[in-house]
Amino acid sequence: MSADTITPTKKAGWAAVDLIVLLYAFIPVVWIVSLSLKGDDTLNDGNFLVRKPTGEAYSEIFANEDFVRALINSIGICVIATFVALLLGTMAAYAIARLEFPGKRTIVAMSLLISMFPQIALVTPMFKMWTTIGIFDTWLGLILPYITFALPLAIYTLSAFFREIPWELEKAAKMDGATPYQAFRKVIAPLAMPGVFTTAILVFIACWNDFLFAISLTSTNSARTVPAAMSYFTGATTFEKPVAAVAAAAVIITIPIVIFVLFFQRRIVAGLTSGAVKG
Amino acid sequence: MSTTLQQPTGADEAVEIAKKRASDGKRAERKLGMLLCAPAVVFMLAVTAYPILYAIYLSFFRADLRLPGQNEFVGFSNYVTVLTSPIWWTAFGLTMFITVISAFLELVFGMMLAVVMHRTLVGRGLVRTSALVPYAIVTVVAAFSWRFAWTQDIGWLAGDAAPLTDRWSSIWIIILAEVWKTVPFMALLLMAGLALVPEDLLKAASMDGATAWQRFWKITVPLIKPSILVALLFRTLDAFRVFDNIFVLTSGANDTSSVSMVAYNNLIRGLNLGIGSTMAVLIFITIAIIAFLFVKLFGASAPGQGESR
Repeated sequence: MSADTITPTKKAGWAAVDLIVLLYAFIPVVWIVSLSLKGDDTLNDGNFLVRKPTGEAYSEIFANEDFVRALINSIGICVIATFVALLLGTMAAYAIARLEFPGKRTIVAMSLLISMFPQIALVTPMFKMWTTIGIFDTWLGLILPYITFALPLAIYTLSAFFREIPWELEKAAKMDGATPYQAFRKVIAPLAMPGVFTTAILVFIACWNDFLFAISLTSTNSARTVPAAMSYFTGATTFEKPVAAVAAAAVIITIPIVIFVLFFQRRIVAGLTSGAVKG
Repeated sequence: MSTTLQQPTGADEAVEIAKKRASDGKRAERKLGMLLCAPAVVFMLAVTAYPILYAIYLSFFRADLRLPGQNEFVGFSNYVTVLTSPIWWTAFGLTMFITVISAFLELVFGMMLAVVMHRTLVGRGLVRTSALVPYAIVTVVAAFSWRFAWTQDIGWLAGDAAPLTDRWSSIWIIILAEVWKTVPFMALLLMAGLALVPEDLLKAASMDGATAWQRFWKITVPLIKPSILVALLFRTLDAFRVFDNIFVLTSGANDTSSVSMVAYNNLIRGLNLGIGSTMAVLIFITIAIIAFLFVKLFGASAPGQGESR
């Protein structure tokens, strides 16, 4: 049907549909950006777009020690969690994609189970355990659950990628006289890297997005990440949220991810769909 | 003659040696496989299995951090307290409502978006790229965007009204925020399914005079049923955990708490570990029941089944 004929009417119809999708995806984003650029005088005008943009809110939050600290926490915690989850996930995914061993199915089932786990069920015991062993309100206290919930995602996505790699190439390289290490580094690693990179993005986004653990397992700004810190911003009165400041913080933690996602769009779609559908 | 007689034994030996080598290789492979998986497995068990067992244990105790002197074994009394509490049941009903409605809307809109992404003749790349934006946005950020949009005076959607101060309008805004964020994800999963539908089949049906609607229901939907069920299962379980959106949009005011929100309030605001653990266990059981029903009733692919493909 699609291959038949492309009439101008059809084209216009699809263009209109595309436009709806674009509006759908971007309206909340444009609105929060616009809000972050509003000054005190125009904040309450209710306009969708900002008329007189000002950077006040941005200079305000970057002068705010709690926000800067939260941003550092967010970046540090998510980078470490992503790195560890990727390391452990790659090992496990390689084994699942390539090797026969007992318990393989159990591991796959277990990761699936954990990805569906009600995280709130862990918060209560963790709160108690973390305070007992003294890692409540520390980076480690957040990194541990982040790794745990990133692992199933990493294992699923990576093993789907690894299954696509033509592993005979490794054998062929060895026959041509390459050492196992050379065969891996020169032949397999370059083929595996895009998958690992894609998974790194997905895992990072998942950690960056977390709110429940961040808000339950921290109590000060020593480990609180930006999503959690935003909900503690206070304005002139304790009951009022400083709207423009929250909006600016929201933009700061969103824009890098959005740019990243738009840039690596193809790989992310591949990662999301292969991990989830091919299982 | 003697050579012909000896040959079989020689061949047998060779087979034996090959077998031994193969089984040695196999054993090494099994060992390596388990070794490579061990760290991930230990991690996942230590951080999920142990705490959940601990939660079950805690749920039988009075464990209130404000009254540390009164911690004692209380049997099922925490369960009785929770299960007879209207706060719990209101939250439970609301969570179920949000789950069912948002999973349904996500499926419908996700399917529409998937078809658009799959079929569009113009700007396919653009559509696929921009559909990823909601996925990339931190849930809390999206929730703030919706909250401010519906806030009196400030918001472009609110005007003079304050919908977030009323229970039902708040609930619909929570559903809107949930659906907005996850429709694209649903659409991606469904699109992966659509890509597997053979084009020839659709063409043949079209030649036989089937309308687009018939082709969709009679060919596409049955063929992508596994994708639909997996996506629906994931989303249902995910929606049941709803927390971020509610925390930001209403903080649970006007009876808009989900079960996660109520459990969080008992734990962090009330510091009542016994009650919090009991709710955690009940949420865990509910999720297990939902997953079980999905697998039984709809035959959604059971965990690990993907391996056999």
